Amino acid sequence: MIEQVQNPALEIHDLTVSYDKKPVLWGIDLSVPKGAIAGIVGPNGAGKSTLIKSVMGLVPLSSGYVKIFDEELNTVRKRVSYVPQRESVDWDFPASVLDVVMMGRYSKVGLMRRLRKADLEAARYALQQVGMEKFEKRQISQLSGGQQQRVFLARALTQQADIYFMDEPFAGVDAATEKAIIQLLKEMASQGKTVIVVHHDLQSVATYFDWIIMLNLRLVASGPTEKAFSQELLEETYGGKLTLLTEVGELMKKGQYPTREKQ
Amino acid sequence: MNDLIIIVTGSLVAICCGILGCFLILRKMAMVSDAISHAVLPGIVIAFMLGSDLDSIWMLVGAGLVGVFTTFLIEFFHRQGKLQTDASIGVTFTWLFAIGVIMVSYYAGDAHIDQDCVLYGEIAYVPIDPIITDSGSVLGPKALIVLSIVLLVILAVILPFYKEFFLTSFDPAYAAAIGISATIWHYLLMSLVSITTVASFESVGAILVVAFLIVPPATAYLITTRLHHMIGLSCVFGILAAILGYYIAYWIDGSIAGAMATVAGLNFGFVFGWTQIKKARPVTSPPISQD
Repeated sequence: MIEQVQNPALEIHDLTVSYDKKPVLWGIDLSVPKGAIAGIVGPNGAGKSTLIKSVMGLVPLSSGYVKIFDEELNTVRKRVSYVPQRESVDWDFPASVLDVVMMGRYSKVGLMRRLRKADLEAARYALQQVGMEKFEKRQISQLSGGQQQRVFLARALTQQADIYFMDEPFAGVDAATEKAIIQLLKEMASQGKTVIVVHHDLQSVATYFDWIIMLNLRLVASGPTEKAFSQELLEETYGGKLTLLTEVGELMKKGQYPTREKQ
Repeated sequence: MNDLIIIVTGSLVAICCGILGCFLILRKMAMVSDAISHAVLPGIVIAFMLGSDLDSIWMLVGAGLVGVFTTFLIEFFHRQGKLQTDASIGVTFTWLFAIGVIMVSYYAGDAHIDQDCVLYGEIAYVPIDPIITDSGSVLGPKALIVLSIVLLVILAVILPFYKEFFLTSFDPAYAAAIGISATIWHYLLMSLVSITTVASFESVGAILVVAFLIVPPATAYLITTRLHHMIGLSCVFGILAAILGYYIAYWIDGSIAGAMATVAGLNFGFVFGWTQIKKARPVTSPPISQD
């Protein structure tokens, strides 16, 4: 079930990525409409992060192309933002919360220029949006996992981009942060921004995302959640792990989506 | 006067190394500096052959190139051969250093370059090796002038591009995503480390320059929470080591560079001990809230 859309925010055509001649993504062909909150799901090692990284130009493509707003990444880079996995950086780095959030302004400011007051204001506003304004002076090593994720999100927000790629923003965060983040994403989508999120928790898929991309090396499905998020396609994506999937299927039938437990 | 020249030379080494060392340890590349400091040896010898004297400019250029080449090889073996980074460092620098050793021993007959001078340096000779212009006027001790130039070069690169170095050290993937190539800044930093190593080797030697690159920044790292404080403090620790080290060496009549590096190590020990004692004390302030 792969639904293509007209005038997409993100278009991936015949994308193949391989590490050491071993393909980790194979023939991906999809498009995501503007203003969608899209979730990428799939088992471990399905290539979810790799898909985002290849869109951001961080891994070499073996074949295919990626277009964002019908342009090459380099021409629209200022409209694109990226939230890497929280574990990808060293949080003991000597930097304050504000230092990290201000990084979102670097590309706007340009080489050899100093940050201005407007950049500081943009950073403070972003911190407010994620509810971290009281922490701007704190060293990043003194933050909880959820707070770190909010800082990363605030950094992306200062870019004032039109499309956001987020690599597992809900991994290891507390329930309050997860709720705050999804609320923020919905607000962004209502302003016409597109958000594409790598996600792990199948139970929350139906409530969080209006577009779903199911991946397991190949693309299994890409379409509106109500159409694509089906038992059959889940089984195709996750293979043999049926016990979990039946449970999820039961839940879907009943229309109940239990909230996540606090981590 | 000679005291002062030696202390100022030591302090210049400490400042150059202190600034660069902070970025090195934050990029988890401390041992790459060790590799570079050894691997530049063939560069020094080749430059020496080309320049006929230990001509400073040629030597800086030659060493800079070899330093970048070393960094490239380390990356190359790591990426292409899937070799662990530390194994890759070990293979690369010992090989280049060994070539350097052969070259030094081959040319040692007709040159005042030898293993001792390269490995250990002798800061006590700095005041008696001045640069003399063609018209015969004395400009000042050579090492002092070369190190001052290197410091200016470092400042001229780091100050305007501070935010790029900051970002690529903290989060290279995000840097690349917003269009700031981590690779360029990586190699630029490594060239600065290479020329600093060469400029310092005459005074403190290729081995102890690593102590100046790593130990003061590591000490500063223990007690700072912002990068610019860390850089400032590591320069202070470095200068402190240069001054105290000189007087200790004078007092025990031993190697000056050795004493400076020893003081830097003791300094680290004290600061480390202090942070441990502080940590062991009972918490008096309320814990950080989780939300």
